[in-house]
Amino acid sequence: MAINFYIELAYMLGAVGFVWGLRLLSSPDSARKGNLIAGVGMGLAIIAAMTMPIPGAANNYIWILSGLAIGGVIGTVTSHKVKMTAMPQLVSVFNGFGGACAVLLAIVEGERGLDTGLPIAGGQWSITLATLLIGGVTFTGSMLAYLKLDGRLGDNKLLLPRHQLVNQLFLLAAVVWGTMLFFKNETTSMTEVYAFTLLCLVYGASFVVPIGGADMPVVISLLNSFSGISAATAGIIYHNQFMLVGGILVGASGTILTVMMCKAMNRSLFNVLIGGFGGSSAAAGGKAGGDQTVKEVSLNDAAILLNYSKSVIFVPGYGLAVAQAQKVCKEIDDLLSENGVDVKYAIHPVAGRMPGHMNVLLAEADVPYPKLLDLDDSNNALSQADVAVIVGANDVVNPAAENDPSSPIYGMPVLQVWNAKHVIVLKRSMNAGYAGIENPLFFHAKNRMLFGDAKNTLSKLVVELKGL
Amino acid sequence: METIYQFFNGNLLLIYLLIFTIILGFEVISKVPTVLHTPLMSGANAISGVVIIGAIILIRQTEPGDYVGLVLGLIGVILGMINALGGFAVTNRMLEMFKRKKTTK
Repeated sequence: MAINFYIELAYMLGAVGFVWGLRLLSSPDSARKGNLIAGVGMGLAIIAAMTMPIPGAANNYIWILSGLAIGGVIGTVTSHKVKMTAMPQLVSVFNGFGGACAVLLAIVEGERGLDTGLPIAGGQWSITLATLLIGGVTFTGSMLAYLKLDGRLGDNKLLLPRHQLVNQLFLLAAVVWGTMLFFKNETTSMTEVYAFTLLCLVYGASFVVPIGGADMPVVISLLNSFSGISAATAGIIYHNQFMLVGGILVGASGTILTVMMCKAMNRSLFNVLIGGFGGSSAAAGGKAGGDQTVKEVSLNDAAILLNYSKSVIFVPGYGLAVAQAQKVCKEIDDLLSENGVDVKYAIHPVAGRMPGHMNVLLAEADVPYPKLLDLDDSNNALSQADVAVIVGANDVVNPAAENDPSSPIYGMPVLQVWNAKHVIVLKRSMNAGYAGIENPLFFHAKNRMLFGDAKNTLSKLVVELKGL
Repeated sequence: METIYQFFNGNLLLIYLLIFTIILGFEVISKVPTVLHTPLMSGANAISGVVIIGAIILIRQTEPGDYVGLVLGLIGVILGMINALGGFAVTNRMLEMFKRKKTTK
């Protein structure tokens, strides 16, 4: 029985590795070590699962090893090839795979339970059905989020009339049908299990359809949390404490991020899931535009203004990611820093398409993380700053969130860029941002516009700065 | 209802573990700085690859002739492995960038 002792010990150490790893992941200095420790924990558990004695098992090691090899190669290659700007897509896909795996487990184990013709323990059966539901939603939801993030599917492409009602009906149907199957227990047929799974898969996709654009960080966090919960429920099916611990930790971290993202937008999760900005914004947009005019600034003037400032704060948004402008941005940062200008970056928690998206992009461009300020620090720094340069951000710098109760984003904490002495907005055109909300900042007396593609404009600024 | 009681009594430790892990998870992760949101998410995402353990056990318990079971298990192992190894690798790549800049500063 010594072997069982070592197996259990390996699982236990693996679980401790997860907890310890996540702990270290929440501080910048130790994060890398934390990730490594969590990875080692996973490795230990995989070895334990391979070697634990299962009486009468055929083992089929060749199948397992091929699976590990194929998955390992695909995983490693994609993770090295992916661009930092495509990180939200990658996380979504990986997330969906976890959900899909949980669904497969629940189907096969469900079938084996039903095959015996004996009643399955109630708890066990309900957990299997729950895994089908949560795993299924995670899988198709993540895949749809991937399609949206990758620009392969417009935000409104699959939208049905009264889509929220459709989704609520889907959820109701899944819960009612799941409960019915629960009471049918051993008399459930596999056809019913497949049909139920199909419903869950369709619901998952439909669930993400109405959510898009700036709400993406919330939905990705939520799906992350779901994938953890489905792993945990699959763990209960296998009576495996290690899977349970791992899954629950992910569920907790996803939930925390979801709550943070919702707070950063001053909206409830419910509101994000059923809302969407769309509806009321058209009315709000109508009155602000029209007779107001925006003032442009020439590249040369902008360069001079930046060069002779004491402090400059960049405010990056999703436009920075789209234009891949993070490296040029850093070039300007370097040029200005050489001249003694204090350069910082103001990062809004929901800037971009996933939590912390901007931080990763700027890290890729070698911007030291102490230069990245969070919301509160940013607003303190902005009130002292000479110039705020907004690169591809819109809603997160909208003053209407503070002073226009009729605005759809009223109450959302924003970066108060208008407190800086000067504001320069880099923008492709005067079109409203994702949310379709007019931004009074553009008409603000302090603001000057620099029209054009962010990367292109910044590159020209570099030339101007070098020429000064 | 009887089956639920049975399940509860038979899995008491598992249920304790479930509750304490939820509390532990929230305590451990609650104070993440904005800088680390993406790495934390992708690292946690990699951890959700634990489903691979289930897929491994599934294949091991499958009869050698049951090709449906074997193929489904194989797909499960592949997906789980992509999720786990890919997730850890990409998180490491991101964190490497965070680290490099610290030394240059």
